[in-house]
Amino acid sequence: MSSRSLRGRVAVAGIGETAYYKHGQSPDPEFKLALMAILRAAEDAGIDPREIDGFASYSNDRNEPSRLSAALGIHELRFANMQWGGGGGGGSGAVGNAAAAIATGMADCVVVFRALAQGQFARFGQGPQSPTIDGDKAFEAPYGMMSPGQRYAMKVMRFLEEHGIAPSAQRGIALASYHHAQANPRAVMHGRPLDAEKYDDSRWIVEPFRLFDCCMENDGAAALILVSAERARDLPHKPCYLLSAAAGSEHRCAAPSHNAPTYASSSFTTVAPHLYRMAGLSPGDVDVVQSYENFTGGVLVSLVEHGFFEPEAAAEFLTKENLVAPTGKLPLNTSGGNLAECYMHGLELQLEAIRQIRGASTSQVPDAEVSMVCSGPLVTPVSSMILGGEATL
Amino acid sequence: MSGYLPDGLPIPVAENDGLSAPYWQGLREEVIRVQKCGGCGVLQFGPEWICHRCHSFDLGWTEVAGKGRIYSWERSHHPVHPALRAHGPYIVVLVELEGTGGLRMIGNLLGDPAQDVKVGAAVEAVFEHHEAAEPKYSLLQWTYVETSP
Repeated sequence: MSSRSLRGRVAVAGIGETAYYKHGQSPDPEFKLALMAILRAAEDAGIDPREIDGFASYSNDRNEPSRLSAALGIHELRFANMQWGGGGGGGSGAVGNAAAAIATGMADCVVVFRALAQGQFARFGQGPQSPTIDGDKAFEAPYGMMSPGQRYAMKVMRFLEEHGIAPSAQRGIALASYHHAQANPRAVMHGRPLDAEKYDDSRWIVEPFRLFDCCMENDGAAALILVSAERARDLPHKPCYLLSAAAGSEHRCAAPSHNAPTYASSSFTTVAPHLYRMAGLSPGDVDVVQSYENFTGGVLVSLVEHGFFEPEAAAEFLTKENLVAPTGKLPLNTSGGNLAECYMHGLELQLEAIRQIRGASTSQVPDAEVSMVCSGPLVTPVSSMILGGEATL
Repeated sequence: MSGYLPDGLPIPVAENDGLSAPYWQGLREEVIRVQKCGGCGVLQFGPEWICHRCHSFDLGWTEVAGKGRIYSWERSHHPVHPALRAHGPYIVVLVELEGTGGLRMIGNLLGDPAQDVKVGAAVEAVFEHHEAAEPKYSLLQWTYVETSP
């Protein structure tokens, strides 16, 4: 193993989350949600929360490590890390950053967390309310392109057009998420099933996305704690090792006003090869995938760019039957994900990927040993990670 | 209503460093300007303070033709701004400009919001002036090129 690799050096000690709420309905402020999730992750790990010596997050999380450290009375702060970039593109990147700190001796016990209270702060799905606008958004907002859905529908439409894919190919992704949410009591959409007819009858938000192609907006917090692989073997849970993490985007991905050279992309074309190389694995080795759904079309392109199928085979591959646990060819978003469990800005996907390795998912894939997360398609930077059980080392 | 979309959407203005001011002023004058590098000659849009190809800071502006092809599109139904609440669907297009090495700009496709949109179709520029706005501004809209029968 190259010394410049994270493979097998860091493991998950514990996971925790708050109750998940519809946006604006959390009874607790955002900072308190963050604290609750971190304490639950420490409890799950069997670790005194004062032993945490590092924090990593993404998407400009408002809950700063210094305040968290003071509030929790941690002994010593050694690592305070923010993965740049909006959206959920940093979810796996933050895990990679935290793991890198542990693998290089910069910290021993790092928590990766994300907290959102959209009632306390602004919602994502609304356009700017200011009378004037400048910068990149000035090239979009006056034409009615203001929300993330409107920004990314343009990319996904180009991908669908280039490869002759009908928008209905996105449907199976939504059906699988809702199917898994019915088994998951944490899920906001638990008890609210979705079938093909209801999907087809749902209104367009922005073509090619229907209502059920779009993520929810929620309040809550989630956290996971990482330690060295050696330490994890002495902790209560079956160890879940980080096999690889990669983040980034293509050449000039953020060229303003939709001028990225590789435009019809979920931004993973350069990231995915790094991911597989570090893990020493290929798509066929992956047992279960959590793929961030801002929009189902983004999941479709993510799965293509991670090598699970060719674009032209999208409709054939993305059937509900292929995507549901335990029997599907590639079980996807087995907690319900951003569509139907909770839009915890994707970090609920990391927690679910860990549960699959532990054998503790509500939609468990039998003997799952290789568990992948793809974070935040279509934005820049994006990131992905692969987790594995003991047998993968 | 002075344009394709209702009044009340955010008014585009240049940044406080003035980076895109020549572009917005160009639309007021019914010309489309993109950056041209004084070092290597490459055209660049959206604007930046450096040439992405040769790293020259010597960036000027040049006029390009108001002709292009639809590169991608979307039809937006759900209103995400109060000004759009009672409006209904509208079409946003991403247009690749002719003779620019593939530069793209966002605009609306004028006409029936329910019309078919075809990737690759030829479109031409229409300047949409908002004279009653404060500050006044102009947008770059697009319409299908009339094909002779």
